[in-house]
Amino acid sequence: MAVDTAPQIEFSKELESFIEEWKPKPGNLIMVLHRVQEEFGYIPREAAIKVSQLLDTPLAKIYGVITFYHFFKLDKPGKYNIQVCMGTACYLKGGEDLINEMENLLGIGVNEVTDDGLFSIESVRCVGCCGLAPVMIVDGEVFGKVTKDELPEIIANYRKQG
Amino acid sequence: MAVKNFILVCGGTACESSKANDIFNALKSEVEAQGVDKDVQIVKTGCFGFCEKGPIVKVLPEEAFYVEVTPEDAKEIISESIVKGRMVKRLLYVDDTDKKKEDDFDIENIKFYQKQVRIVLRNCGFIDPEKIEEYIARDGYAALEKVLFDMSPDDVINELKVSGLRGRGGAGFPTWMKWNFTKGVESDQKFIVCNADEGDPGAYMDRSTLEGDPHSVLEAMTIAGYTVGANKGVIYIRAEYPLAIKRLEIAIEQAREYGLLGEDILGSGFSFDFEIRLGAGAFVCGEETALLRSIEGNRGMPTPKPPFPAVEGLWGKPTVINNVETWANVPMIILKGGKWFNSIGTEKSSGTKVFALTGKINNSGLVEVPMGTTLREIVFDIGGGIKDGKKFKAVQTGGPSGGVLTNDFLDTPIDFDQLTAIGSMMGSGGMIVMDEDDCIIDVAKFYQEFCVEESCGKCAPCRIGTRKLYDILDKISKGKGTHKDLENLETIGNAMKKAALCGLGQTAPNPILSTLKYFKDEYLEHVDDKVCRAGKCKDLVRFEIDPEKCIGCTVCSRKCPVGCISGERKQPHSIDQSQCVKCGACYAACKFGAIKKS
Repeated sequence: MAVDTAPQIEFSKELESFIEEWKPKPGNLIMVLHRVQEEFGYIPREAAIKVSQLLDTPLAKIYGVITFYHFFKLDKPGKYNIQVCMGTACYLKGGEDLINEMENLLGIGVNEVTDDGLFSIESVRCVGCCGLAPVMIVDGEVFGKVTKDELPEIIANYRKQG
Repeated sequence: MAVKNFILVCGGTACESSKANDIFNALKSEVEAQGVDKDVQIVKTGCFGFCEKGPIVKVLPEEAFYVEVTPEDAKEIISESIVKGRMVKRLLYVDDTDKKKEDDFDIENIKFYQKQVRIVLRNCGFIDPEKIEEYIARDGYAALEKVLFDMSPDDVINELKVSGLRGRGGAGFPTWMKWNFTKGVESDQKFIVCNADEGDPGAYMDRSTLEGDPHSVLEAMTIAGYTVGANKGVIYIRAEYPLAIKRLEIAIEQAREYGLLGEDILGSGFSFDFEIRLGAGAFVCGEETALLRSIEGNRGMPTPKPPFPAVEGLWGKPTVINNVETWANVPMIILKGGKWFNSIGTEKSSGTKVFALTGKINNSGLVEVPMGTTLREIVFDIGGGIKDGKKFKAVQTGGPSGGVLTNDFLDTPIDFDQLTAIGSMMGSGGMIVMDEDDCIIDVAKFYQEFCVEESCGKCAPCRIGTRKLYDILDKISKGKGTHKDLENLETIGNAMKKAALCGLGQTAPNPILSTLKYFKDEYLEHVDDKVCRAGKCKDLVRFEIDPEKCIGCTVCSRKCPVGCISGERKQPHSIDQSQCVKCGACYAACKFGAIKKS
């Protein structure tokens, strides 16, 4: 698709110089997308268009890559993204129950965001702390050996922080 | 004054997430507060492997092994262990499977470590992975020096051949052959690639190796570069492993400063350098051709072999790809010799294997054992048996590409060929223990769902096959399966093994085929009797209240999310089966054992 108009999005200086640095290197697209997602928390359409222009890569190819890999997100996650591990060890020890309970408590499904934009739920692959199964990560903080009963308190604590 | 004590704090991911960082800081401020900061060096190391009991703190030289430490314990550790020179008994690990040894705190006697042989994990838990000096002090980069000055490329290949090292990523291809293919190809540019895209759910061997000992991988890849004539290394690592990425970056930077990387390494005239590329969460990228497409910035879809990457790999150039664990073995083989390595393990699988032992087991953690160790030794001796005294049911190895090992195979020596012979595979090293509460159909369905999501969709056998298999399992788990369905599982599975393009599709039916073989009775129960003995398949479970035992406490009716339990106070209650969602909340809440699951 031809993109004529300048996209309405600002990249930080760091991001722009990162793209400048990687531009001459072959196979740079995935590295650049990682950096974009780090900045925005997801990959907004405007950002994808801008990357397409900066790297001179077709937008179709960029979306091809974004949608192929689980790590890249097209929608903005909640302020506190709740990642529930669904690796085998966590699954056997009740990871699915954690997701179901979380869905009940927040009234949203997996990959959805609460109306106030505070929480989103994500089911993730093994995070590599199987000794702590079942594991849940909220906004980077790891909770190990979690039980269903602990969830309301964990959510309440984050809600208090707003 | 020389340092008298070393305190090692585990800095692996699992321990870091249980506040190992805070413990490290608390210890630091305590040594200062108690005025012993000159006598003590506190080191944050890589994973000790004993994740079940983390966070772990070890005090040297007396080898006090403290488990489940909290930041609040720092004060006592310093005042007792360091200042007064006695151990903090309440924090010491006690092996409760052997009561006689209650007062035996000798680390040599911890069963978890007794049968382990550490080659790959030789430095994990001993050195600070962020300091190259500590790696060098343990013979780090000595192998590289030996190769650069005393060995020809053919010598290196020969040493690997003698060692019998086989790829630890799963398939077990002889490593020397891979290197030799690439060495034999004429090209202006060759690449060395490290596969650190550990996507297998329930496995974290590579992550721990990179976090605990990043230099071992860098050293090995540089050796390979010299051997095959490549001067560029690429490490392809999961973006989900930020700590491992950070430690790799630090390691590369430090090696460059020491002249162990970059132009003219140690004055040998050989140059080599690294680049880190991040994966983005696609299981199929563990397949080498897909991994290369991903490094090239594309969708990670596999391509047919031949041409093999050894001849036509990254950017069409000859490329050696090995996984993290394979690389970590190489420096030791060079230093101690191929013969030494070959003397460990079994005839056709030499050396050791690292397993991530998880699931329903007492001692979850990272274990490294010689090839040929039996499953019984791993599960019961090292792993300490099944949690909560439940019955052992099976062990799943090889993740979504592997199969199950039952009771009958507890005494089978584990190596590449034995596992393949009994319908599983080594895989990367995930070892998940299941007990009687796990439903074999549910587990097969879990893996199949994973494969449906991870199939890249390029070839029809995998794209359609995984979906079909999942649908049939789903039908069986709902009690609607037929004998024809069981036949179809086998037919489709076997067709995929033959026809799929890459390893993902060829091995995706393994969890089903292997469970069908060893747990046919459980499949038949689901199909014929509509019963799930483990109570996992919700549609087949039925909760009922035993009126004899129910005292009418009303706890269950208050816990029921759909309000389908009714009854007067102090009178037996009953469940309205038409409304029940089989969540099990009542079953978990009842203190009188009045609710029966069938």
